[in-house]
Amino acid sequence: MQIYLPIAEISVNAFLLLGLGGIVGVLSGMFGVGGGFLITPLLFFIGIPPAVAVATGANQIVASSVSALLAHLKRKTVDLRMGTVLLIGGLVGAAAGVSIFNHLKSLGQVDLLVNLCYVIFLGIIGALMFIESLNALYKTRSGKRQPRKKHTWIQKLPFKMRFRVTGLYISVIPPLLVGAFVGLLAAIMGVGGGFIMVPAMIYLLGMPTKVVVGTSLFQILFVTAFTTLLHATTNYTVDIVLAVLLLIGGVIGAQFGTTLGTKLKAEQLRILLALLVLAVCGKLALDLLLQPNELYSIGFAS
Amino acid sequence: MIRQCMAIALACLAFASIAQAEEDIVLGLNQTQVSISTNFNGSEIIIFGAVKRETPIPNTSQLQVVVTVSGPSKPVVVRRKEKKFGIWVNTDAVEVDRAPSFYAVATSGPLRDVLSRVEDLRYKISVPRAIRSVGAPMDISDSAAFTEALIRIRTKANQYQLNEAGVSVDQQTLFRANVQLPAALVEGDYDTRIFLTREGKVIAQYNTLIDVRKVGLERWLYNLSREQSLIYGLLSLAIAIAAGWLASAAFAMIRR
Repeated sequence: MQIYLPIAEISVNAFLLLGLGGIVGVLSGMFGVGGGFLITPLLFFIGIPPAVAVATGANQIVASSVSALLAHLKRKTVDLRMGTVLLIGGLVGAAAGVSIFNHLKSLGQVDLLVNLCYVIFLGIIGALMFIESLNALYKTRSGKRQPRKKHTWIQKLPFKMRFRVTGLYISVIPPLLVGAFVGLLAAIMGVGGGFIMVPAMIYLLGMPTKVVVGTSLFQILFVTAFTTLLHATTNYTVDIVLAVLLLIGGVIGAQFGTTLGTKLKAEQLRILLALLVLAVCGKLALDLLLQPNELYSIGFAS
Repeated sequence: MIRQCMAIALACLAFASIAQAEEDIVLGLNQTQVSISTNFNGSEIIIFGAVKRETPIPNTSQLQVVVTVSGPSKPVVVRRKEKKFGIWVNTDAVEVDRAPSFYAVATSGPLRDVLSRVEDLRYKISVPRAIRSVGAPMDISDSAAFTEALIRIRTKANQYQLNEAGVSVDQQTLFRANVQLPAALVEGDYDTRIFLTREGKVIAQYNTLIDVRKVGLERWLYNLSREQSLIYGLLSLAIAIAAGWLASAAFAMIRR
């Protein structure tokens, strides 16, 4: 069934969009990633104009985050306090990111920068997570427990706050910085930023994996809602019809994803996420390294 | 019945053939408006017409018909990638200041037989002629490659078409052309031109507009997004949040 998208001005298959939203929704529920790093490239691939894909992708992430977040709230695996601290950093970072993005756009080459960002961050995070979770898996098999890392320099920072759900008593500075950094990248790369935040929360802040997913969803929800509004009012690139189709698939997928996530062990979950991140990174790296079929591309003159 | 009508029409035309040497176009369109609704998946425009003449059909040469349909033009930038530091990067760019978003040429025979180069240049009929590029920077020597690439990419997407058997001409008097509009269509006025040619020369021209417009829900959403963008943005967020909440509630019910 073909459907014409009023803002993107193209006609696409409705079931294709439903399926796409569904796949991304499952991943979003399982890993606590918004799925933006998957949905944005996938939308490019089916021919949606990049600007529309980025803006509508943000709106779609809002829907799947709400759905997944509610599931996590019910299981009490969300640290609202930590989420709020991360969010404050995130909004500041997103605002800065948007202005950087617009500046680079005026210089041209913004596509290249976004692609390089994807390859570098996905590559580093994917590799780190993969190695780490393999080690963890090996250690649990051999019966040893991995000792908890001590963040000595983090412990010394001022403005300490108690995060009950997380079970941490740390300074607010590191979560603020993590939030801001994720917000910045989120705005530049047009994603929610979960794939950066989840590892940052585990490895930098030392949060238990159980609450990481729900808390990151909380932050992603508000940052992407903010981004959607910015895109809708400045670039007019949010396609509501496209969004509705993606999110019908997305919200249903997210519910399945959350159930699936509880059935897998934390290490297995991390290995799967690492592999997924590496696969997307590899695909984007190949696009940069191999000679494209068509050397020319068409863009609209400003 | 149709044959009878045609016979009558032809008889009338023959009867009316008096002094004037002119041949003129009488045109019909199956639709003057293309409505883009939610389930829009391309459209076919049928352009038909007759040749009105005051003299007998000249039997020295064959009458040919060329039809062009052109969508709204927008300046575009064509970029070329080059390998730098091991990765493929956009380097050179050429601005094409007039490139129709859609352009179709249908002819009654091979383009070069139907239309001479001079006439093509004069009326800007063929696809490369319909595109205008002046803004190539000094350091790019092969700016033609950029316009060729533009045509190649858009032809592949069915946005630029050349159909050399797209017009059928009956008895040098009645003609009929089909133009297939793709699903990815931009709204606007689609300029439609019909040319009659003999021996490569244009002897008559007729212009008309086909109005391509979004209608219904498409129209409403598009207008809302431009005129009330904040409300539109909030509406998309509200839909997203409501859908997320509904799915969550529905699944909670199912699990219970």
